[in-house]
Amino acid sequence: MHAENEIHFRDAAAKALQDPQLRANFRRAMDGLITKRKAQFPDPRDLQDLRDLSTAIRSRSLLCLPELLEQLEASCTKNGIKVHWAETCEQANELILGLLEARGAKTMVKGKSMVSEEMHLNAFLEKHGIEALESDLGEYIIQLDGETPSHIIMPAIHKNKDQIARQFSQKIKDAKYTEDVDELTAMARKVLREKFLRADAGLSGVNFAVAETGTLCLVENEGNGRMSTHVPPIHIAVMGLEKVVARLEDVAPLYSILTRSATGQAVSTYFNLITGPRGADEKDGPQEVHLVILDNGRSRIYADPQLRATLRCIRCGACMNHCPVYTRVGGHAYEAIYPGPIGKILTPQMEGVGVRHDLIHGSSLCGACGEVCPVEIPIPEILVRLRREATHEDLGSKVAGKGTGRTATEDWAWRLWAGVIKRPGLYRLATWFATRFGKALPANAPLIKNWTQSRTKPVPARRSLSERMRAEGVPHE
Amino acid sequence: MSDPRTAILGRLRASGESGPLPELDTAVLERRQWPAAQRPAQLRKGMEAVHTEFLEATPADWPAVVRAFCEREGLKNLLYGPASEAGAALAAAWPAGGPTLKPYDRPVEAFKEELFNGVDAGFTGTVGGVAETGGLLLMPGSTEPRLMSLVPPIHIALLRTSTIHDTFWSAVKALGWGRSLPPNALMISGPSKTADIEQTLAYGVHGPKRLIVVLVDDLA
Repeated sequence: MHAENEIHFRDAAAKALQDPQLRANFRRAMDGLITKRKAQFPDPRDLQDLRDLSTAIRSRSLLCLPELLEQLEASCTKNGIKVHWAETCEQANELILGLLEARGAKTMVKGKSMVSEEMHLNAFLEKHGIEALESDLGEYIIQLDGETPSHIIMPAIHKNKDQIARQFSQKIKDAKYTEDVDELTAMARKVLREKFLRADAGLSGVNFAVAETGTLCLVENEGNGRMSTHVPPIHIAVMGLEKVVARLEDVAPLYSILTRSATGQAVSTYFNLITGPRGADEKDGPQEVHLVILDNGRSRIYADPQLRATLRCIRCGACMNHCPVYTRVGGHAYEAIYPGPIGKILTPQMEGVGVRHDLIHGSSLCGACGEVCPVEIPIPEILVRLRREATHEDLGSKVAGKGTGRTATEDWAWRLWAGVIKRPGLYRLATWFATRFGKALPANAPLIKNWTQSRTKPVPARRSLSERMRAEGVPHE
Repeated sequence: MSDPRTAILGRLRASGESGPLPELDTAVLERRQWPAAQRPAQLRKGMEAVHTEFLEATPADWPAVVRAFCEREGLKNLLYGPASEAGAALAAAWPAGGPTLKPYDRPVEAFKEELFNGVDAGFTGTVGGVAETGGLLLMPGSTEPRLMSLVPPIHIALLRTSTIHDTFWSAVKALGWGRSLPPNALMISGPSKTADIEQTLAYGVHGPKRLIVVLVDDLA
């Protein structure tokens, strides 16, 4: 039974809905992203063909996942990249700490990485006396305020420039107050350049890892990813185990559909392919490159043929941008690393469907997420499946926390329903009462209140369908 | 207890479920083609849309075009790779006086401070371009180190029109990148940018503030 957990998202969402500034920030941003994405796909046939190809590539990768991971490890090792494996976030954190401590590293600059958010790496390193500084502008902005990302691509999207202007003037040394975006960007550049220059280590995520060549692909616009991976003497990359693809050729269409779906860009400023540390005759680049491959529940998701589709995700965020719920409540209301539709299916599978029961119900199942997903993840179907798993222990699956989402109220409601529906006489009596006296039921009655607090109470028809059919002589059994 | 690698691979293998691999239909990528003569214009369209600047040149006069740009912009120095083909050609044609050529000829450990604070612009060659979206393909290495195209506030890149491919996909195949890659290779489409503050585009966030492409017409 999960009772107290269920209300998290509902309460947080209700609170977010009361914040007009937050709603305006998200509405404006999402509208912009939807428009820009649409402009990138003028031909519906091209879009569908590209989606089909991307889906096939990701499906193939998953079908051969263990082999591809081994191949990736062998190729990377050959190229001089050291590969490490971690089953849990704790293991991954300890691994990284070990690598940093062995080299006496005290400061680390970070390119954007959602997996490192998953690991709560910054907090962990700080506890051990190592400064982990976010260098993506959006991540830098939220780190200054001790916040978490509210969007996987645009982490500071919940803030507007006035809020950022105030924040910079208070938190950056010698900064003056300005609302000019170019000036704000220049301030961050100045601070972070100094950090890149002095950092002992750099960390990044991985957008795609190529098994055949042992290449780590990084997509970015700012150049902070290149700074973090090429300037410091050691580069550590972290990736979820699903990120591997067979060939570099396969990466081309995925990269194309990623940038177009994510930010409506035909191409990002940089597409950085890292295949090794500094070569013998090179003058720069890190002396060491490490790749940490993290499981954290992914192999369990992998075990289920339907849920495995979750792992096709290329983290573009288009599902968030198009989600009517996300747009209204913003990313923080989900209280999860991955917000929005993909988060609603990923988080409960990682943390347990019972614990995050609130998330799988926080959807209207409108289907927009599935429609825009570049790799055709059936998010609405998976949500429905997880709802079922949350209340059933006996479906033969390996879903984390299955059956722990049952509530006494729901149990009773279904038992009552089953009792009535199995007895025709009782059923007729119940519908007779419901049609005649349903109107009289107060809108604030328990259970009904959950529905009516934001909607008009439905008025039942005066006669049930079967009554009408009988009266009108429609032949039926 | 087994080590994480064995445990993870064991769990993935235990999930069986391999089945036939879906076909890959790449027709959508093959459709994206331009005659060689139109590729430069297509590339420019994409790159100019993200604030890349172009200087037109011929195989004979491009060093003079680079020099004129440096003088016009009042640059004091230009970082170059003396051992690269483009770098050597530039140095051979560089007149004395005015902006100086600064060679990247030491390990970065002995050069970092100067690289970050004492360089006005970096000059590199490219190994090709991408017409579809606009983009330069670079393979940094011993003769043109990685940071030349990243740290200086201006990046000047030499692109020959005959090396422009249709798409990134066709370039990867033509250049053989799928078989073997140097430690670093990349595509660049414009100057560094961000839209992290209110979706407002700002250029020059961490990398170069300006990207100048010296487009050498060698198709004729």
